Amino acid sequence: MIRCTRHAAWFCALLLTALLVNAARVQVVESPGLDRNPGNRRADIARYNVPRGDILVDAGPVTGSRDTGGRLRYERTYRDGPLYAPVTGYASQTYGTSLLENLEDGILAGTDPLLSPLPLWDGLNRIRPPGGHVVTTIRAAVQEAAYRGLDGRRGAVAAIEPSSGRILALVSSPSYDPGRFAGTDGASADAWTRLNGAPAQPMLNRAIRQTYPPGSAFKIVTAAAALDSGAVDDVDAPTRTPHPYVLPGTTTVLPDTAEGCENASLAYALQWSCNTVMAGLGARVGLRGMVEAAAGFGFNDPRLRIPAAVSRSNFDTDMSVDQLALSSIGQFNTTATPLQMAMVASAVAGGGVLRHPYLVEKVTRAGGATAEHHGPRAYRQAMNPATAMRLREMMVQAVEEGTGRKAAIGGATVGGKTGTAQHGVGNKGTPYAWFISWAQADDAPQPGVAVAVVVEDASADRAEISGGGSAAPIARAVMRAALRG
Amino acid sequence: MTAPTAEASPPEQRPARRRGVELSLLVCAVLVSVFGYVCVGLARQGAVPPDAARYGAGLGALALVAHLAVRFRAPWADPLLLPIAVLLNGLGLVLIHRLDLETPGDVAAPTQLVWSALGVALCVATVIALGDHRVLRRHARACVVAALLLLCAPVLFPPVNGARIWIRIGELSLQPGEFAKVLLAVFFAAHLAAHREALTAAGRRALGAVRLPAGRAAGPVVGVWLLSMLVLVLERDLGTSLLFFGLFVVLLYVATGRVGWIALGLLLAAAGAYAVGTLEPHVHGRVEDWLDPYAGIEAGQGTGQLAQSLFAFGTGGVLGTGLGLGHSVLIGFAAKSDFILATAGEELGLAGLTALLLLYALLVGRGFQAATRLDDAFGTLLAVGLSSIVALQVFVIAGGVTGLIPLTGMAMPFLAQGGSSVVTNWVIVALLIRLSHAARAPRPAPAEPAAAPARPVVLR
Repeated sequence: MIRCTRHAAWFCALLLTALLVNAARVQVVESPGLDRNPGNRRADIARYNVPRGDILVDAGPVTGSRDTGGRLRYERTYRDGPLYAPVTGYASQTYGTSLLENLEDGILAGTDPLLSPLPLWDGLNRIRPPGGHVVTTIRAAVQEAAYRGLDGRRGAVAAIEPSSGRILALVSSPSYDPGRFAGTDGASADAWTRLNGAPAQPMLNRAIRQTYPPGSAFKIVTAAAALDSGAVDDVDAPTRTPHPYVLPGTTTVLPDTAEGCENASLAYALQWSCNTVMAGLGARVGLRGMVEAAAGFGFNDPRLRIPAAVSRSNFDTDMSVDQLALSSIGQFNTTATPLQMAMVASAVAGGGVLRHPYLVEKVTRAGGATAEHHGPRAYRQAMNPATAMRLREMMVQAVEEGTGRKAAIGGATVGGKTGTAQHGVGNKGTPYAWFISWAQADDAPQPGVAVAVVVEDASADRAEISGGGSAAPIARAVMRAALRG
Repeated sequence: MTAPTAEASPPEQRPARRRGVELSLLVCAVLVSVFGYVCVGLARQGAVPPDAARYGAGLGALALVAHLAVRFRAPWADPLLLPIAVLLNGLGLVLIHRLDLETPGDVAAPTQLVWSALGVALCVATVIALGDHRVLRRHARACVVAALLLLCAPVLFPPVNGARIWIRIGELSLQPGEFAKVLLAVFFAAHLAAHREALTAAGRRALGAVRLPAGRAAGPVVGVWLLSMLVLVLERDLGTSLLFFGLFVVLLYVATGRVGWIALGLLLAAAGAYAVGTLEPHVHGRVEDWLDPYAGIEAGQGTGQLAQSLFAFGTGGVLGTGLGLGHSVLIGFAAKSDFILATAGEELGLAGLTALLLLYALLVGRGFQAATRLDDAFGTLLAVGLSSIVALQVFVIAGGVTGLIPLTGMAMPFLAQGGSSVVTNWVIVALLIRLSHAARAPRPAPAEPAAAPARPVVLR
């Protein structure tokens, strides 16, 4: 009987060993996978157990954290939510994060190893540093000017400092308040559903995620290509453009709203926005030259990040000559984000050098010590410096005595280009009003700001819509705010 | 294996009484429990709980009373049994208290403390009153009647969470199956001890190598077992039926030494488990859940209890989050009872879990050690039975919550919330104390004179 008792004892030992082995399997081998399981709320609980770090504009936070006392303790709040939503994005306990809240989540939530002076040690001790802060390049006055300028109309504004690539304003309108759906309650769910279903698409970030046909604003790119390629040597010389202009290889006559475009010089064509001249120049430069020039400004770059991903602006790489001519005046398949068009203005203002646009100046630890600094970075050489000089002069002329007069600012040199983009089937849709420009204070060594404004106002009278009419005043307000600081 | 092998060792090799060791281990057990209680307070409220000293004093007093009873009434008892029980019970109280903090509407620790005190009292009473464990042998019949009555009683009461295993009298709810398992162990041990020879030697040859025992000897045992299984299946108490089955097979094997029994038992178990697992919806659901704990998450229906339990274990990792710092309360309604081990796994980690399982292993091992040293077949079988109950119960519930086997509702001995369970386990410990005393006491010395009843006990 003793022998059998021993067997029974060994059997019990076997059972307990099986338990231990299985426990080790769950707690050691499968532990990482279990932590990542979407059904496991512990990560969320830990994440919201501490206040989230803040996103800063002009050294002041535009975000905050509210102690709800619930299981997911701290809820995100936003100061001027709709104004900064295209920059901050949202951090919702239910719907996750977007834009900077998403891209800098590790910093804001305190999980990024950058925040910890001794990452390995803290990891062992399960110490979670308090959330760090994200300092943006946005300037409140510029952002506000843009947002007020759009005044609820559908559209977007992007403003860049040409010398560095700092993004000074990024506005999309209409906007939304990310604080409305920060929590887990029914009100959050309602707000989320309502915002996602709204026909005006308030949660669409039009400044970087929506592409529009750039229309005449694209003529700056075509002019740069013409000058760089040698298709035009003298900006004041006639361009041998017939009027009416028939698209090459077709019988389609290209219309012109401006007068005196026949054989007009490049300078005149830019000043008064002659379709015929620019389309003809694009065709003369050729597909290869036009594609190269567009790429120099950032078109066809799917990897542009600020750090939020910017939608790819398009300039077709395989077209017939008539399509190329249309594309050269920003029609056909040519599309651009407002940020892309601000980059075009920025490249001209920056003497042909295009800096990489960026939104995050630096990230800091909770105490304010810098954890990572983002400086200006080269992006592309968009054109020859001489070309840039000549384009600057022509853009200035367009503002001083051309289509962009409403953008002029006292005490500063302003260069601009209007655009009115046809779109829709048979061009029946309400046109988009564009204005791209840059400004240099009279006492400044170089231009301080480059802006792109697009207004897509479906409710306005079609005749009223023009880059010079509705977009230029917004650009003016934005540039003034930028130069004043 | 035909004759009882009483390997009596010479008296000089007998261990010392070691009551001092027991006392110091008890002090350690109480201190560890109080330390855990303080840890919870520090983690949750940032301060030492004001009643930590009271908690320690209460637990210490219980331990001291039990120690005194053992010191004077069972001085040769194994010095590890009582400290292990006190430590497990103390840690259980800490874990339940810790979970109480998350569910202010459902506070269970004070009630559990009362039940623990009752359990210790019953343990003390058993140690004092039961002079010789062989007395129980004479009450085998009463035991089996009581066990069957207890098992049947819940049928008269409404089911709770799908199982009819509770008796509710006002606020008080009892799980009679818990008490029944000790009574059945006594009955099985007594009956098998009495008919050991008939079971081993006689019997017709059937199924080739397997010898079926004579019906007269095996009949009552098989009958009682089948009856209890039937009741349990009707009550949907799968865990307890598994426990009874295991107990039955182990005791049969130890009594007869026949491997054939085990083979037959496993065959029957497999068939029964398959039938119940496929036909019974409640059980079928648990098997499904065991096969894929995350199915509910993938289907967007939320997280099942087993998945939550596995998350808790996974979060604990090797070292645990620390007492009071986990989120095992997410498991839901059974977090303090069936799933209490998940809190241990999350907050104490694999290290703490291993320590807990080793404590159980030690308890079981000491029970088996007493079994091998006892001279009488009844004592040996009873010690084996009681140890196996603890081991099987730990395996079934711990295996269930860690995803090793399908989940069956059972209570982790001493650790889980549940009055009947904690009281029963204290009785088991009391019986093991008595058995180990009998096993370790110097052979020539008779049992305590006062405990020797009028009738002499018949030894095999």
